[in-house]
Amino acid sequence: MDHFPTNWGRPRNDAFDAYGTYPIAQRPYNGPTTDAFSEGIQHTQQPIVTGTSVLAIKYKDGIMMSADNLASYGSLARFKDIQRLHPVGTNTVIGAEFTQQDGHSLGPSEIHEYLSHVMYSRRSKMNPLWNSLIVGGFKDGKRFLSYVDLLGTTYSASTLATGYGSYIAQPLLRKAVEGNEDVITEDEAVRILEQSMKVLFYRDARSLNKYQIAKITADGVSVSESRSADTHWSFAEGIRGYGAQTQ
Amino acid sequence: MATANFSKRATYLDEQFRNTYDSDNTVFSPQGRLHQVEYALEAVKQGSAAVGLRSKTHSVLLALKRSTGELASYQQKMFRIDDHVGIAIAGLTSDARVLSNFMRQQAMSSKMAFNRPVPVNRLVSAIADKAQVNTQEYGRRPYGVGFLVIGQDKSGPHLYEFSPSGNSYEYYAMSIGARSQSAKTYLEKHYESFADCSLEDLIKHGLHALRETLQQDKDLNVNNTSIGIVGAPSVHENTTGISFRILEGETIQPFLDTMVPKDVPATAPAPAATTDEDVQMTE
Repeated sequence: MDHFPTNWGRPRNDAFDAYGTYPIAQRPYNGPTTDAFSEGIQHTQQPIVTGTSVLAIKYKDGIMMSADNLASYGSLARFKDIQRLHPVGTNTVIGAEFTQQDGHSLGPSEIHEYLSHVMYSRRSKMNPLWNSLIVGGFKDGKRFLSYVDLLGTTYSASTLATGYGSYIAQPLLRKAVEGNEDVITEDEAVRILEQSMKVLFYRDARSLNKYQIAKITADGVSVSESRSADTHWSFAEGIRGYGAQTQ
Repeated sequence: MATANFSKRATYLDEQFRNTYDSDNTVFSPQGRLHQVEYALEAVKQGSAAVGLRSKTHSVLLALKRSTGELASYQQKMFRIDDHVGIAIAGLTSDARVLSNFMRQQAMSSKMAFNRPVPVNRLVSAIADKAQVNTQEYGRRPYGVGFLVIGQDKSGPHLYEFSPSGNSYEYYAMSIGARSQSAKTYLEKHYESFADCSLEDLIKHGLHALRETLQQDKDLNVNNTSIGIVGAPSVHENTTGISFRILEGETIQPFLDTMVPKDVPATAPAPAATTDEDVQMTE
């Protein structure tokens, strides 16, 4: 017998509690959903503070990823010491702590699957998490590298890049990596990423010449200290005017 | 006979007060007991026996099926929850259906969210927490069914007992239901050898344990016994793969054949319906 009058006469939700068995506090609420607080809820329509490209490649020992340290506020290079590469548990780089109390751990594949559900369901509610994420990891001797974004789109390849990187760096990464995933050494992988980060700094107007490289192998995850690429700007001395016009 | 859980003296003291503290789920007795929950455990003891045991490579369930009469079918005692998890029930079958449906939903949802089969301990904790709610809310009654849950996950094969009190424990071997104490006695004697048993030997132990719960003149046969297995197939099976499967009917005859025959000399079996204790007479 249901002693709680507020539940009498309410339709039960067959989708997740066909026998009306859940604790009363969690019973589906079929009344009006707007209240004073919900008036203030906003849906993300456009990003305000943004990060630029993230690059990732598979190499012989695992995965390598790079991202610069900049968070832009429109055209202002506002926050210049942001770490955009995050370790997750013991064998993945992107997000939060994922080893649970009972010893069962979530590896990169499980984390990516979970994220893709979260991203897609937020998109379907017209309130996206406005991100493009690359999930990379190494578990049970296997390399994992996948992409998920604000639309819930997912794909996987030996080289991945977000933002401008997917236009400018991707061809360079593919040329260097595709077919060679199992022979590229750690030093070669670093050089491949360094070269791409340099090109991106030259060409992406919202980038910064201060970046980190993360490495995931059987030994675990490590994110490097920030470093910079050598660049040459001496050509600028001889420029007069803008483009074809020379004053 | 099932042995009482509490000392005789405690039970006697308790008898005087039992009736005043046993109608509401949310009332403790002066001895600190919830009688409604204990009565729910009694309902589990009314169900026919089920036995579970595990080795390093397999977990198995064996259950005794009851029939209401010669014309009726035998009550199903085992359910598949997911490829890697199965259960045997003892008690109210209708409550079992609701809980096993919930388990299936949880297993499926966890598999979808994380792209991996749900760890068995998580699944069992989910129904244990759900059952506990019914022991603490006014107006709700505890579930009247207990489970033996077997499964395999990243950390190997498992066997759990779930009870309507909301408790769940992992076991090497366990039995629930009517006259299950006899089966437990057998299991306690032999459990140390289970870890390294082959699947066939494990099932043989389980069948012997299950037979302990029968009356003198009864025996296990292809109609009243079902076997649930998770792990690599046995030599008597045609399947491949390690998924949970239920074996019933003629397919279990090879397993029954491995049993040591009963000591009692076989008398001509002529069970009249009224003397068959495994048969429940309907009013």
